[in-house]
Amino acid sequence: MNALTKAARSMLLAELAAGMGATLKAFFKPKATINYPYEKGVLSPRFRGEHALRRYPNGEERCIACKLCEATCPAEAITIEAEPRDDGSRRTTRYDIDMTKCIYCGLCEEACPVDAIVEGPNYEFATETREELMYDKNKLLANGDRWESVLARRLELDAPYR
Amino acid sequence: MADFFFHTTLGQILLIVLESLAVLVPLLLGVAYLTLAERKVMAAMQLRKGPNVNGPFGVLQAFADAIKMLTKETVIPSGANRMLFLFAPFLTFSLAMIAWAVIPTGNGLAIANINVGILYLLAISSLGVYGMLIAGWASNSKYAFLGGLRSAAQMVSYEVSIGLVIVSVLLAVGSLNLNDIVLAQRHVWFCLPMFPMFIVFFISALAETNRAPFDLPEGESELVAGFFVEYSALAFGLFFLGEYANMFLMSGMVSILFLGGWLPPLAMAPFTWIPGPLWLIAKILFCLFVFIWVRATFPRYRYDQLMRLGWKVFLPFSLAWMVLTAGFLMVTGLLPGGAG
Amino acid sequence: MMTQIVFYVFAAVLVLSATMVVSARNPVHSVLFLILAFFNAAGLFLIAGAEFLAMTLVIVYVGAVAVLFLFVVMMLDVNFTHMREGVQRYAPIGGIVGGVLLVELLMAFMHWRSASNIGQIAHLVPSSPERTNTAALGDVIYTHYIFLFQACALVLLVAMIGAIVLTLRERPTGRRQNINRQHDRTVTDSLEMLQVPLGAGVDAQGGFLRPHESYDIAAVPGTYGTEAWRVAEAQETTGTALVMTTPANGTKGEGDE
Repeated sequence: MNALTKAARSMLLAELAAGMGATLKAFFKPKATINYPYEKGVLSPRFRGEHALRRYPNGEERCIACKLCEATCPAEAITIEAEPRDDGSRRTTRYDIDMTKCIYCGLCEEACPVDAIVEGPNYEFATETREELMYDKNKLLANGDRWESVLARRLELDAPYR
Repeated sequence: MADFFFHTTLGQILLIVLESLAVLVPLLLGVAYLTLAERKVMAAMQLRKGPNVNGPFGVLQAFADAIKMLTKETVIPSGANRMLFLFAPFLTFSLAMIAWAVIPTGNGLAIANINVGILYLLAISSLGVYGMLIAGWASNSKYAFLGGLRSAAQMVSYEVSIGLVIVSVLLAVGSLNLNDIVLAQRHVWFCLPMFPMFIVFFISALAETNRAPFDLPEGESELVAGFFVEYSALAFGLFFLGEYANMFLMSGMVSILFLGGWLPPLAMAPFTWIPGPLWLIAKILFCLFVFIWVRATFPRYRYDQLMRLGWKVFLPFSLAWMVLTAGFLMVTGLLPGGAG
Repeated sequence: MMTQIVFYVFAAVLVLSATMVVSARNPVHSVLFLILAFFNAAGLFLIAGAEFLAMTLVIVYVGAVAVLFLFVVMMLDVNFTHMREGVQRYAPIGGIVGGVLLVELLMAFMHWRSASNIGQIAHLVPSSPERTNTAALGDVIYTHYIFLFQACALVLLVAMIGAIVLTLRERPTGRRQNINRQHDRTVTDSLEMLQVPLGAGVDAQGGFLRPHESYDIAAVPGTYGTEAWRVAEAQETTGTALVMTTPANGTKGEGDE
């Protein structure tokens, strides 16, 4: 490009015009926006959303109170207390997750030897008060019951890559 | 009826009030919808949809914003100069409004068709600096103060090139009356023979209204909001309205100086059917679209680059072009008004 | 009647705000009152039918000069209690100077006479109602008094150049950007393609990832970091006694990246 062309291009604002052309082209393109509450984006089976405690198909809770999740949690959001149950099996008496502390790293899920604590696909669990985000065992088990079919499917889809 | 309006003092005052309302009400509505249009157009250029929840296509968004603005709490920072702090937004807003007094929407259709209309516009737009300076100073905040100084320096710098561009237009017209300026473009709009000046004026108008890529006073990513960091609620809303009304004003100036004001593109049958005011509105809307288009396209200037562009590029260029215009008009004998 | 009322309103506000300029405690308020005074003066011009002067007053004085005043006053950190300390001491001198000026003004006004041929200065007033006072003023300035006008412009030019000369500092360590050079540069100026073998760094290749000349292209020649600056610096280092004693192993500025 010789000096004359350069000067002409710079005086005629050629680069600016090219830029404006690009935005004008985008103006008429179909839009990428998703109408959120009515349409939702696709989630990967690995998406880490709201936590849930799962049960075995016979209704027995999976968690054996090994406390690996509590130990691994980098945000120290999990609190577990355990006692032998009447039938002698080891179960939690308390399983709390402070969702305001949780950073959704998924390490609890990784650590769990029995696939009890999992992060589900739900990301719409906003609350009006802070207290509602202090999840206890009942809430987590209820989540597990509610989402079980999806949770099992997600684990199955992700299994080949683990 | 006509007697009452034209021959009694009361009637004349009433007439002026009605004329002002006829300009200001559409203007304010336009300003409200410009904010929405800006969001929609920018969204479209970024492959988004923009506000589309309040009403069909989001048309009620402007009112939702207005209601939000009005119901918020006005916070006056401690140590602020109360009176000046509240005065600044009113000044900005009212300056953007009173400038419309001289804008002709048709042949002779202006609230005040004064001889020095273009000087009046220049004077009013140069007063806009005070709103910012006073707001920045009265806030008693160093961030607001720095923002105010930056915007004032910017506006003063670009007024120089705006003034010189206006002078070269005036040379071709031979009058300071806005009506005459439009009528002088009956045969050819000034944007064609003076295309470089048109571009210089448009870019200076962007800088003068603190629009992207010259929105350093606001610079939301670096300065938060520049001179109006401390403002909230109605006072902020007035600044906001004032800025957008200034965009309208600058678009009006571009339309009148370079795009033939209310004149149709060609004085032929299909074009002349559309009344003049609609042509002016169409041109203003086109300019506003380009304002938004530019904002969606270009990244922000750095401050020293902004000053360089104003003083080292636009000032010499517009000065040279002014001399060239004068020389050309003199040589070809097209200089209007003669030597008289 | 109406005009007179408006005149007195403007005049009263003008005088009041002028008083406030000198009596306001806050300097920023002073400047704002000065602006108000300018405005009312513009209003008086309008009443007198000099719309061009009125607008120019607003554009030049309010739009530019007062902005600079405001800039300066806002930035200054003036300690007024300090400044007021000497008032008692200097008040008599100030009073005497003011009194002398007042007496002189009074004497001048008592002997005020208009030139007998005032009516003949035809070109000072618009010759016909169609002729705007803008055109009339233009006639006076650009036709009848063009040389004086040019002389004024020259004085201002000298003042401007003087201000620049007084404040311009050349700092050798400053690195200034040359926008035209930056725009002009192409990929070949600033990018060098190297085949780097595995395990060997770019240092082994003996090169920079970016050619050294590209630094020169970005900056104004002679400012910090450019070739001319490096040469000068190298000359200075080799020229000093400290470097003379030790054998030079490469000059500074080359390969020290």
